[in-house]
Order: sequence, then C-alpha cells, then structure tokens
Amino acid sequence: MKNKILPIILIVIFLLIFVIFYYGLRNSNIYIPKTNIEKVIPSFEVKLFGSKKKINSEKIFKDDKYYLLNIWASWCIPCRDEHSFLMNLRNQKNIDIIGLNYKDDNLNAKKFLEELGSPYKTILSDTDGLISIEWGAYGVPETFLIYKKKIIKKIIGPLNENSLSDIKSLIE
Amino acid sequence: MASLIGLYSLMFGLFFSLLIIFFSIKNFRNYNVFDNKIISFTLLQFFFVIVSFFSLVASFVGSDFSNETVFNHSHTTKPLFYKISGTWGNHEGSLLLWLLVLTLFISLFLLKSKEQSKQYRILTLLFQQVIIIGFFIFLIKTSNPFTYIFPVPNEGLGLNPILQDPALAIHPPILYLGYVGTSIIFSSTLAATSLNYITKEWAKHIKQWILITWIFLTLGILLGSIWAYYELGWGGFWFWDPVENVSLMPWLALTTLLHCILVLEKRSTLTSWVVILSISTFALSMCGTFLVRSGILNSVHTFANDPERGLFILIFLFCLIFLSLFIFFFFHKVENKNIKGFFWLSKESSILINNWFMMYFLTVVLVGTVYPIFLEVVSSEKISVGPPFYNKLIIPFLIPFLFAMAIGPKLRWIKSDFQNKFNLIIFLVISFLLSVIIIKNFDTNFLVNTILITSAFYLFFITLKDFFTYKFENLSQNLAHFGFSLLILSILFNNIFSSEIITNLKIGETFETKNFKINFEKIEKKDKENFRAIIGKFNIEDLNGKIEILKPELRIYNQPNIVTSEADIKTNLLSDKFMTMNLVQNQDYFNIRYQIKPFMIWIWLSVLLISFGGLNSFFKKKNEK
Repeated sequence: MKNKILPIILIVIFLLIFVIFYYGLRNSNIYIPKTNIEKVIPSFEVKLFGSKKKINSEKIFKDDKYYLLNIWASWCIPCRDEHSFLMNLRNQKNIDIIGLNYKDDNLNAKKFLEELGSPYKTILSDTDGLISIEWGAYGVPETFLIYKKKIIKKIIGPLNENSLSDIKSLIE
Repeated sequence: MASLIGLYSLMFGLFFSLLIIFFSIKNFRNYNVFDNKIISFTLLQFFFVIVSFFSLVASFVGSDFSNETVFNHSHTTKPLFYKISGTWGNHEGSLLLWLLVLTLFISLFLLKSKEQSKQYRILTLLFQQVIIIGFFIFLIKTSNPFTYIFPVPNEGLGLNPILQDPALAIHPPILYLGYVGTSIIFSSTLAATSLNYITKEWAKHIKQWILITWIFLTLGILLGSIWAYYELGWGGFWFWDPVENVSLMPWLALTTLLHCILVLEKRSTLTSWVVILSISTFALSMCGTFLVRSGILNSVHTFANDPERGLFILIFLFCLIFLSLFIFFFFHKVENKNIKGFFWLSKESSILINNWFMMYFLTVVLVGTVYPIFLEVVSSEKISVGPPFYNKLIIPFLIPFLFAMAIGPKLRWIKSDFQNKFNLIIFLVISFLLSVIIIKNFDTNFLVNTILITSAFYLFFITLKDFFTYKFENLSQNLAHFGFSLLILSILFNNIFSSEIITNLKIGETFETKNFKINFEKIEKKDKENFRAIIGKFNIEDLNGKIEILKPELRIYNQPNIVTSEADIKTNLLSDKFMTMNLVQNQDYFNIRYQIKPFMIWIWLSVLLISFGGLNSFFKKKNEK
C-alpha cells in the first residue's frame, strides 16, 4: 500500500510544479531595466539630418504636444518591421514623431526613407551614438514617448500592435 | 557556406541518433557481444556535432553576418578571442555546446567502459540518446544557430560588453562540462537501476565520472564568481542571484552523491540515496537550463525570451523526471540492510548526517530560487529573495555542519570510537580562543561570529593536523575539507573586515580618512578597437607613506553602445584594494567607490584546493581509504 501512495504523491507534486512553471512562462516578465520614466529629457545640441545646421533640443520638444522620439538606422532590420507602425502614427494630430538616426550612413538612410516613406517631422542625426547613450538607449530601435519634457513611456525594440495601441491610448 | 555545413551536420547527427537506437535495440535483444558498429556510430555522431560547432565558430571568426546568430552577437571590431567566445555567448550557440558535451561524454563513456556488461552499456547509451535527441530537436526546431538573413547586413550588433571578459569567455565551456556531464551519471544510473546493477563494482566505475564532472562544475562556478567580482564592479563574488543558484544546486546534489558513492563502494548500502541523487543532479541541471533560458528568471544569461523554447525544455524536463520516477519505482529494489542498521558512531552515519545537511542547504537554495516564481503565478505578487534570507537560513546550520565535517572523516566504517579525545578538545579550545581574540576588537555581532569562526577554525586545524598525521593516506578528502574550511574562513573574514568608501571627487581633489588618503590625479582617454576608455588615475597613500596607484576605467563600447565600468583591483595575499569609477551626469566630478577586501584571493585559492582534492582522487585510486 505504502509503495503505491508515494509514487502517486510525487507525480501529483511534479504535475503541480509543471503547471505553475507553465503559467510562469506565459506571463514571463521581460526584464526592463529601470528606465528614465517620468524623468526630464536630457538637453542636447544635435545636427539636423542631411544638413550641417545644429539645433538645440529645447527648440524641438515643446510643452503642449506629445512627441515620439524614435531611434532608428537603415542597417537595422527590426526598424523595417516597425516602420509601418510609425507611418500609421504619422497621421495622428496631437503627436510629432522625431527620428534620431543612429550611427548611420547618410545615403543609406535617405534611401531607406525614400523606399519606405518618412514618418518623421524632424530627423536628427546621431553620428557617434552619444546622444542615444544620454537618453539611456539600449539599442536600435528604441522609442520614447515624451510629454511636457518628460519621458512617459519607453519601448525597447521594435514597435508592435500592442505598443502602438498603448501609445494611442496614452495620447488620447 | 559554413552555416550550410553546420546545419547539415546537425541533421546528420540526429539521423545517427536514430541509427544508434535501432542497432542498440537489435543488439540488446539478439547478441551476447557488444556490437562495435554502435561505437562507430556514436563517434560519428560526435564528429558531426563537432563539425557543426566549429562551423559556427568559423562563422563567428569570419564575421559572416548572413548568419543571424552571428549578426545578433558579433561585430567586426571585436577582438578575435571574443569573436570565438561569442559562439557560446548566446542562446543558440550555448545549446550547441550543450549538445557537444552530451555527445562527448557518451563517446568517452563507451570507449572507457569496455569491461562493463553489454546490457548496461547499451542501456546507458539509449538513455543518453533520448536526451541527445531531445536537444537535437530543440536546437533545430526552436533555436537553429544557422538561420540566414537577407539582405546580408554589413555589421553585426555586437556582444554584450560585460560578457567580454577572459574569465567569462571560458566559464561556459568549463561549467558545461560539469553541468551537462551529469547527464552521463543520470543515464548510467537509470541503466544500472533497470538492470539491478547498483553494486560496489558499479560504484567504483561511476565514481570516476562523478569526480570529473564535479571538478568541472566546481571550477565553472569559481570562474563565474571571479567574473562577477572583476566585471560587475560591485565588489562581491556571490550574490545569491537565481542564475548562480541554479549552478550551485546541482553542485550540492553532486557533492552529496560523491559522498554517497563512497559509502556504496565500501559498504554497498545507501543505494536509494545514490539513485535519487543521480536523478536529481541532472534534473536540477535541466531545471537550471529551463529557468535561465526560458526568461522566467532574468539575468545576463537570459539571452532570449521566447516562451516556445521555455515550454519545450519544460515538457522535456518533466518527461525525463517521470521516466526516471517510473524506473525508480518499478525497478529499484530497496536494499535489505536497512539504514537503521548503522551504528550511530561510524563513518557511514556521519556521511548520512552530511547528506541531510546538504539536502537542507539544497532545499533552502531551491526555495529561494523558485518560490518567487511560484508566488508570482499564484498571487501575482513580486518578491525578491536576497542574501538576508540565505544568511539567516544557512549560517546557523553551517556551524554543526563544520563540526561534523571535522570529526566525521576521523571515524571508521561500521563501528567507531573517538580516538584522541584530548586532541579534539584541545583544538576546540584553541579555535575558540583564537576567534574571541579576533572578533573582540571588531564591532560586529559577537556571539554568532565567534561561534562561526570557531567552527571554521576547528575544521581548519583538524584537517591541517591530519596532513601530518595521516600523510597521503586520505589526501583527497583532506585537501577538499581543508579547502572548504579555508573557504569559509576567507568568506567570513572578508565579510566582517571589508571596508568601503563612496564619494564624489573632481580631478585633483583628495579624500582623507584616518587610515589613508585618496588623490584623484588625472584622467586619460584611450581609443581601443571596440571601445573608448576613460581611465582615472588615483594615488592611495597609507599611513606609512606607501603609495599605491589604482586606475579604474570607464568603457564606452561601440557595438552595442553600452558604458561599462571596469574596476581596478590590486591584489595581494592579505587583501584586495578595489576601485570603481562612475560618471555623474552633467557634472565634472566622478563617483568613486573604494573598497578594501581582506582575503579575497584566498576565496579563489581555497576553491581551487577543493577541486584539487577531487582531481587527486580522480588520478590516484590507491592509498585511498
């Protein structure tokens, strides 16, 4: 008798563990390092894309509007994936999309935009990648939602339907 | 091209698994002699996995960015050494390494077990092939290291800079040899259980495999710990991070198994312990792989968060667990000589005590690692279990454990008596007085620390004395236990006597304490191939006017663009001086963290000593009691 109970108990315990791990997997929490959420955006001076003119960040981000800062590059494959979502957002009225072209070749970047269209109102170029570091970016692509000079949302990696609807609901 | 060869080699490898299984079953049923064809097939399978592995290495070395794995984890400006180590610095490559070690071990096993019975060898091979097939499918289906991307990018995304460290570059292969090596113990135990072959002879034969995996596992953990100390810049060497815990758990189980197998070898008892421990060691390794790779836990080791992968390992893990439970309950015959038959004062009962202590430590670590996951699923509440939890639960039990470790090996098999009672007591008194003297001057928790240090000193002196009294008679055990006492002592002193200063300094400023002065002399900038470095130069002057120069570094890596801070560490026999520097945003001063950490190097040395104990036992079978 004793010999049968023990295996059954063990099997039940292991099945329970399995179920718990299974659910643990499903709400797997992708680790997002402590971001500059609700922090004031860094102020910087930056070259405008395709020209030698420099512009101060104070002049780009105004208080009355939402801004989406999108770090992208023509060599970045996931950036192509998210491009359609950005194009989708372009027509929203209360948001401006700012592109930060990260460590890119000017010609390639231009081709990229000619091919896929430009969702950006302003494009800044970050040739040495230092501005992205100041923003606390981890890689390309990365997107920041800014309101009143504060970062209210940060999306690491390409945008998708979920993050798009998140952004839309935030700016409504 | 290399990717193509790699992928096809994998397919061939899987194909050979099927051939091996087919011929093994045929051979198992029909003939009396072992079919040498099977060995050739196994070696061929191993060969194909090697080819596959090296074609991935070649893709990394040649920066072939048409390969997605290479694109995601490499960069042309990376030094050659890290291009190679990048091969296993990612999910796909590290699984290929898993497979390589799995096939390596079964090949070695077949070559080295010629004197064993045919049935046993074939069954071991079959069980190992089950694991191998599982990993082949896992690799090819969910984590193919050889997928193409088109158009071919000009440049890769780079390896995470904190993984670009010599200790970490060799940490995975060494750790895997131990971690995955436990698979062979698992397979052979299942085979031996099914054949009712858990005997003295089997113990003698499997002991070598346990020892070799144990040595590699110990060294692998040591390397990971050294990396954490040098690279993470927190000045600690063990953080009770879940990822460290999952390597510690198989180690605890394997160490217990090592002790049990000695009892089995001498007294042919504790068979259930041996079987269960063999199974749980490998199950814990698999469980570790699951926890780390699935993204349930988060750390530098979590390369990809893909639930599909996690699910695959999870199902596979539980299939193996249920398979082994089935074999255990249906085939394992409980020995007639019951455990109750042990005389209370004998070597076997002391090993049994050791087992229960180890099981307790294992449970603590397991609960600390897994409980937060369970809680989150059940109540979606997030908790984190940190060092205080482990300290509270482990330290009180460490004290009797250390005493038992000092006295246990002195006992004889079957029935024993205390010899030299006088000596044992004298050493206890000496250890106690010594620790009182040491602790008295420091403002720490007197009682706990004194008892802890007493017990550690006790083990230290007893094992030290044994080197002289027993000479080489029981050297392996003595070395390992002596190393362990040294480890505990170094950790304790390191914890109690460490001091730390955190301050902000501008260039040219000096910070003074009553024991030393820190002068921030200058910073230099250097451009390296894959990063730019800002190097600070600090002069540290102690009371005697002796000046030591420390140069902590900030590195701005180009690909991916990450800033890391490199500690500068001056090591000597007594203590380490450890300094890190961090940039304070938009300010012209730097954040400086300076630590004096006593006996740091002894922690590494004592772990080396422990593994030497194992190594000695592996090579020297005579003279051992």
